[in-house]
Amino acid sequence: MLAIYKKELYSYFSSLVAYITIGIFLVVLSLFLWVFPDSSILEYGYASLESMFSTIPYLFMFLIPAITMRSLAEEKREGTFELLATRPLTDWQIVGGKYLAALTLVLFSLIPTLVYYISVYQLGVVKGNIDSGAVIGSYIGLFLLGAAFVALGIFASAITKNQIIAFAIAVFLSFIAFSGFDSASQILSLQQFDSILINLGINAHYQSISRGVLDTRDLIYFLSFIGLFLLITKTILGGRKW
Amino acid sequence: MSISVNALSKTYGTQKAVDGISFEATSGKILGFLGPNGAGKSTTMKMLTCFLPQTAGQASVCGFDIATQSLDVRKSIGYLPESNPLYHEMYVKEFLNFVGETYQVANLKSRIEEVILATGLGQEQHKKIGQLSKGYKQRVGLAQAIIHDPKVLILDEPTSGLDPNQLIEIRKLIKELGKTKTVILSTHIMQEVEAICDEVIIIHKGKIVANDSLKGLLEKHQQKSLEPIFIKLTKD
Repeated sequence: MLAIYKKELYSYFSSLVAYITIGIFLVVLSLFLWVFPDSSILEYGYASLESMFSTIPYLFMFLIPAITMRSLAEEKREGTFELLATRPLTDWQIVGGKYLAALTLVLFSLIPTLVYYISVYQLGVVKGNIDSGAVIGSYIGLFLLGAAFVALGIFASAITKNQIIAFAIAVFLSFIAFSGFDSASQILSLQQFDSILINLGINAHYQSISRGVLDTRDLIYFLSFIGLFLLITKTILGGRKW
Repeated sequence: MSISVNALSKTYGTQKAVDGISFEATSGKILGFLGPNGAGKSTTMKMLTCFLPQTAGQASVCGFDIATQSLDVRKSIGYLPESNPLYHEMYVKEFLNFVGETYQVANLKSRIEEVILATGLGQEQHKKIGQLSKGYKQRVGLAQAIIHDPKVLILDEPTSGLDPNQLIEIRKLIKELGKTKTVILSTHIMQEVEAICDEVIIIHKGKIVANDSLKGLLEKHQQKSLEPIFIKLTKD
């Protein structure tokens, strides 16, 4: 698994994928947080990173599929998947290595945003007037959200040979998983199930962790979400039918 | 027996790609796997390397069953797939290092030097795989197959698309490897089989139509070369 993980990570960093996706992510995020008046922290006037934590999930929805789209689709298209599958590696090691490499990239994209936390911390009228507990909780939430999106992205990449299709499917699934269930719960005829629907979506669990309360139910939700999609991915690969 | 295949079959939907074939291969000999396109050569090799699961029958490689001891089988096989898939954006050494790591090869650095020397990649070893010519890519494919010094080598059309000089060199290398290992190679070039193989299996429509030593086969059909025998056996 380590061999696959290393190979994937090297290929992200040697093919510019890593720099471009992380770069664009940070530029767009900065524009939203400091320049565009609608969402700017400076205009808002409170020492809070709330707008960052509500923007990033939507950026991740595009950033993460861009990272994961090639991971399995390209192996299948180029025939190199045969090379991997005939080495003494289990399908779990292949899927796991690729998953962890993409997740590492997501982590790398989050680390620079700590600068925004430090900025807001310094800018408070009383220095340090920011709810650090909520920030820590939100970062954990963001990481778990990213981990769930990566699992969706790897899954989308496993079902097709075409990277663009993998990207489109991953964006769609991420959107549905994140906010589709919330929106569906507002449909009149479905309102009797609304709490079930809301709890199926990622958003409810993300919000709950973001409040700074780490509930085991939310943790179990994320872990089982990730586990489920990796399991489906592994099963699809094991079938060798594509 | 380092490879023993017993009534192995593979069915895609309703089409039988490989239909109950049985054969054996021993160490120190090169087995030529011949057949027209679509005869089931690659499918057999894919089953032996545990890439595709078989529909029926058994096979074992170095005593390990391909269905139940897949990891052990894959450890003892070096495999060069048809069309030689490689990571074009990787450097030659980086790629060999990656493949070596998947086998957990000891002293990987010196082993990489050895295979680079053995396959004649010396001058090209600092290039990216995508920049290499077809012949050199083929050598990289061979190098990754032998990096863990496997007991069994399975080569699917190892010489396709090479120029005559490269052909001779690659054949020499395979012949050298065949002295100590079990080698199965598939091809449709008859001269190649005559030049390097000890045993010949001709497969047609998923079934074995000839399985003999090269000499035995020529004597049996009273021919001087394989071509007429091949045409006769695979005509319909």
